[in-house]
Amino acid sequence: MRHVISLLLENESGALSRVSGLFSARGYNIESLTVAPTEDASLSRMTIVTSGSDDIIEQITKQLNKLIDVVKVVDISEAAHIERELMLVKVRATGKDREEMKRMADIFRGRIIDVSESSYVIELTGTQDKLDSFVGAIDSALILETVRSGVCGVGRGDRVLKI
Amino acid sequence: MYLPLLPEGLVSFLGAAMVLTGAEIVIRCLQEEKVEYVFGYPGGAVLFLYDELSKQDIVRHVLVRHEQAAVHAADGYARSTDKVGVALVTSGPGVTNAVTGIATAYCDSIPMVIISGQVPTAAIGQDAFQEVDTVGITRPCVKHNFLVKDVRDIASTIKKAFFIAKTGRPGPVLVDIPKDVSAHKCEYEYPKTVALRSYNPIVKGHQGQIRKALGLLLEARRPMIYAGGGVVLADASEKLTKLTRMLGFPITNTLMGLGGHPATDRQNLGMLGMHGTIEANMGMHYCDVLLAIGARFDDRVIGNPAHFQSEPRKIIHIDIDPSSISKRVKVDVPIVGNLSDVLDDMIKMLESMSERPAPSQIEPWWKQIEEWRSRESLKYKNSTEVLKPQFVVETLWKVTKGDAFVASDVGQHQMWAAQYYKFDKPRRWINSGGLGTMGFGLPAAMGVQLAHPGSPVAVITGEGSIQMCIQELSTCKQYRLPIKILSLNNRYLGMVRQWQQFFHGNRYSESYMDSLPDFAKLAEAYGHVGLRVEKPGDVEGAIREAFSRKNDLVFLDFQVDPTENVFPMVQGGKGLTDMILSSEDL
Repeated sequence: MRHVISLLLENESGALSRVSGLFSARGYNIESLTVAPTEDASLSRMTIVTSGSDDIIEQITKQLNKLIDVVKVVDISEAAHIERELMLVKVRATGKDREEMKRMADIFRGRIIDVSESSYVIELTGTQDKLDSFVGAIDSALILETVRSGVCGVGRGDRVLKI
Repeated sequence: MYLPLLPEGLVSFLGAAMVLTGAEIVIRCLQEEKVEYVFGYPGGAVLFLYDELSKQDIVRHVLVRHEQAAVHAADGYARSTDKVGVALVTSGPGVTNAVTGIATAYCDSIPMVIISGQVPTAAIGQDAFQEVDTVGITRPCVKHNFLVKDVRDIASTIKKAFFIAKTGRPGPVLVDIPKDVSAHKCEYEYPKTVALRSYNPIVKGHQGQIRKALGLLLEARRPMIYAGGGVVLADASEKLTKLTRMLGFPITNTLMGLGGHPATDRQNLGMLGMHGTIEANMGMHYCDVLLAIGARFDDRVIGNPAHFQSEPRKIIHIDIDPSSISKRVKVDVPIVGNLSDVLDDMIKMLESMSERPAPSQIEPWWKQIEEWRSRESLKYKNSTEVLKPQFVVETLWKVTKGDAFVASDVGQHQMWAAQYYKFDKPRRWINSGGLGTMGFGLPAAMGVQLAHPGSPVAVITGEGSIQMCIQELSTCKQYRLPIKILSLNNRYLGMVRQWQQFFHGNRYSESYMDSLPDFAKLAEAYGHVGLRVEKPGDVEGAIREAFSRKNDLVFLDFQVDPTENVFPMVQGGKGLTDMILSSEDL
């Protein structure tokens, strides 16, 4: 089962490696991991997308909680939540493809944020599925490069992850 | 007006904070933490620290001969007391040598603070001489570690390190201090308190869960108590024994838990697991309610988890570490908390109960257990010709009246020590259970002996293990540590040979120890007393003689039967009930 685990951790050097090291040492999956400081500069917020049986997910949250630098851990996928991921795709855009790419970006509510004679950079935000669909919808031969941020998630409504 | 500069001492006298170097601060912090001994080895990156060490005599330094031994000695010191062990090593190879010791302590949850030197901050990342990424290398084998980049953070970091090491599930904490930071100066004040928003170990157990657990226990027809090293670490042995007596249940100790409940007590079924007794393993497997206390259902204890779970039973698990619960085996009633507090609560609740089940409720179960016990799975065939290793351990137990501190290395001798030395008290059995570190015994015993001057301290070892840290005989001479080393010398890496005999068609690949030194002479070369013992009839006399020499380290080189095996044995990956009881079962 896919899970989205959010954590608050001390914004200290080495904190990230403690988390990633835990996953590799214990053989847990990381599908994506994204981290950045929060409005409180002493804290970072991390979102990890992982998968495993209920037992493994239980161990993952317990082991994360055990790390001294980790302040709080929540499996946000246990309840209603929102996920978003950012993707930048650089595509070849020449001749008739130029118009087609623009159209596809519009359909997926993407934005073209860089234009050159032969290429576009398209910015797209959404769920993992949506980004996957976009990549699937455009001609793969035209993709020059893609970069994805990994999933960010937040619980819906009153569920707040804060210290 | 002209104001003369005041000397620093006077400034502090006048009430202002003291200005000290990082190195001075480290030593002050150790003094504040009431550290008696620092086990260490100097080197370039810790020269300022060693300089300050020499200027005071409150914190005493013990100079080992290898950094691994420094950490093991600090470890033995911690295991045999309820204090935090402290080791001090230099950067680079100092740290990498220490890693085995740190991992040993981590696997057995031993409270320890390791202070390591680092290259100067400006040189970090430049592949400097004796530079390693200490925080990176040690990260997976410490409870936590710190790199102190600013002298103003030293005091608060050391305070945190001691706090983290000894609270919750204990463990080693490393503090890495670059050389320039130990030379920089700042105002010093030792923090009185420590607060970490991300670290608040639970102490009190959930009362509802405890009540639920008692309910299960009192209804049990085939109860079993399974107690691990957590009991020893939490200093909860007396409470465990009290609860065990109140309940009248059988109890088994893990390798790490030996001494947690008196081994000579009738209710104690002995050690369980890979080399456990029949009654302990069968009791563990066939019980209907299992009370697990400070134990973690590890592979050497329950064998194959699927096989273990094939027998239905209710499991209550008390542990300070939530991640130990339901890790390998699904638990019905988890109780997270400090064992001492939880056991206290259980005892009080039990005392307040008006009705308690009649002992007859579990009488058939005890009958079954006695039947298992009557098979005497630890019985061995003694000989008047060949020296049996079990006999040596039994004799040690007899001579020391079961009251010595016994450190061991890793292998067959470790299992015989665990099986035949009946530990009635906690913190007497000092061994590397989790990591299984050969070379642990002698240096650990140094820490034990320093913590308990005048008490009998024995090392049960083998000719393989002892050679992994034999250089410490020199340290023992320097600090006059009258440790008694009992080497069960069978000329083989015995446990490896045993597995090769059982599971690899008698092909003894690289397990024969050729070209062994004369250990008695070697001990003498280090300035100690060495005795070689070959006959069963000489064992008791030799051990008595060794312990009568109060001021000497005595190395007893027992030439034991090279073919002897450790029984009972549960093969790795097999079920607990699948026991090999003797060579005839193979």
